[in-house]
Amino acid sequence: MKRSLGAWPLLLFTALAFGAPAVVMVTGAFDRGTETLALTMQGGYLLALLNSVKLSAVVAVLGAVLGTVLAQAIVTSPWKPLREGVLTASGVLANFGGVPLAFFWVATLGNSGLVSGLLGLPSGALYSFWGLALVYLYFSVPLMVLVIAPALDGLKPQWREAALNNGATAWHYWRYVGLPVLAPGLLGGVVLLFGSAFAAYATAAAMGAGTVLPLITLKIAAALSGDVQTGFENVGLALSLDMVLVAALVMAVYLPLQRRSTKWLQ
Amino acid sequence: MVAVATTAEPIAARGEMPRLWRGVVLALAGLYFLVPLGAAFWFTAYNRVTGFSLAPYAELWSAEGFWSSLLLSLGLAAATIALVLLLMLPAMITVRLAAPRLRPVLEIICTLPLVIPPIAFVAGYSRSVALAQDLVAPTPFWATLTAMRSTTFPAVLVFAYVILVLPFVYRSLDAGLRTMDLRTMVEAARNLGASWPHVMFRVIIPNLRSALASAAFLSLALVLGEYTMASIMGYRPFAVWIVSISGSKGQLSVAVSVLSLLLTWLLLLLVSRGTNRGRQA
Repeated sequence: MKRSLGAWPLLLFTALAFGAPAVVMVTGAFDRGTETLALTMQGGYLLALLNSVKLSAVVAVLGAVLGTVLAQAIVTSPWKPLREGVLTASGVLANFGGVPLAFFWVATLGNSGLVSGLLGLPSGALYSFWGLALVYLYFSVPLMVLVIAPALDGLKPQWREAALNNGATAWHYWRYVGLPVLAPGLLGGVVLLFGSAFAAYATAAAMGAGTVLPLITLKIAAALSGDVQTGFENVGLALSLDMVLVAALVMAVYLPLQRRSTKWLQ
Repeated sequence: MVAVATTAEPIAARGEMPRLWRGVVLALAGLYFLVPLGAAFWFTAYNRVTGFSLAPYAELWSAEGFWSSLLLSLGLAAATIALVLLLMLPAMITVRLAAPRLRPVLEIICTLPLVIPPIAFVAGYSRSVALAQDLVAPTPFWATLTAMRSTTFPAVLVFAYVILVLPFVYRSLDAGLRTMDLRTMVEAARNLGASWPHVMFRVIIPNLRSALASAAFLSLALVLGEYTMASIMGYRPFAVWIVSISGSKGQLSVAVSVLSLLLTWLLLLLVSRGTNRGRQA
């Protein structure tokens, strides 16, 4: 007790600031038995949850593939400044989400955007499913580059040489050597990308995407901000609980994988 | 947002690679990542009426609400950094020196905020604050809690931000503590008669300078860009202000976004500088 005194302020603080909301969320979601939770599993709420999951899944898989290809391009490049530059830029862009990201894309492909004018895109193209996916990839691809570049560095050139000397084609090498070694890192990256796209709220909110493509984060905000009738706060809490459950499920996959991939790279 | 350190080591080029393939990938990536940057800048600098001008960047500084929201964000960031370090530093040192059994607990606490989506957290958090207010209504604590919810300086938002930045601060400090032999240092200092405050401020903190700096800069970047929690709880720091002017002053909101990208770049550059120097030392 006395020995761990220094840790007590932190433990007390998190018990209050993290524990109280968790208790409130669960009790609020179950305020009328399972009725409120059941309500979030139908109609517009279910649609929003499915939209969020679909969007995050598409962004995660596309982002993982594109990020890996880009990482491979810079990792194998003999020109070192290119590699350093792309990695630094990835570090910035992976952390560049939220409101500014939304306005960058509104200025590019929004209804009065520069590129949408040049391409003659129909109005509202940015606010569709694929428009939002394009925006989310802007931080997902750099995140994948950061995650997978060390793993790609871990692929020893000798493995490739050995495979080629034994008569393997490039396809054989990737199918039987490269991808199996990278698999934990790739899967971990997919999960990480899914989590960050799933939790993203600020970008979609700042773009005003809710009317065309309802997402669960936007539904929670609407339920909390009270522009619907009172008593809907508990719906917001139940929706939040849905989100936490999905995120926890995804993390349950991620953590063991992360442990395995760090083992590989040592 | 997830910060991932770029620790990859360079390797030698791998024999003959089809150069065309790499060129195409890099060109497409360059197009995708640079076009929005260029378009955003052009959007702020050109319109059909006035032609090319950098006026939005000058107008910015006198825009209504710019300074008050920026100062609020900076104040929140400073309070968040101070509080999170005050809580984390003793806890992490204790876990290393005296209570290694608490280590898994600390790790879980500092991973949870990454798993729980911020909007779900703030849904429960804002409700808890409201409930607490009802609970303390008949007591003198009511005035305290009301003051903590004031719009001039919402302390309740600082507590939420501390939770938000915990994982990043934990990682920075953990990396810093890994590079030093804490136990030997503390025992040496104590045997020479140094008091605990002396050990803390003259021995531990100077050795952790770069880790503390990177924790602070990461927290600053996160708090400056934070929109979700502040907007749900009804406060108006910088990110919320940008959204609130976007309807009437589109050019201005994009101009602020360009500046905030530059600021993020600068802050993260400082973080990586700090980490590199820490590694060399």
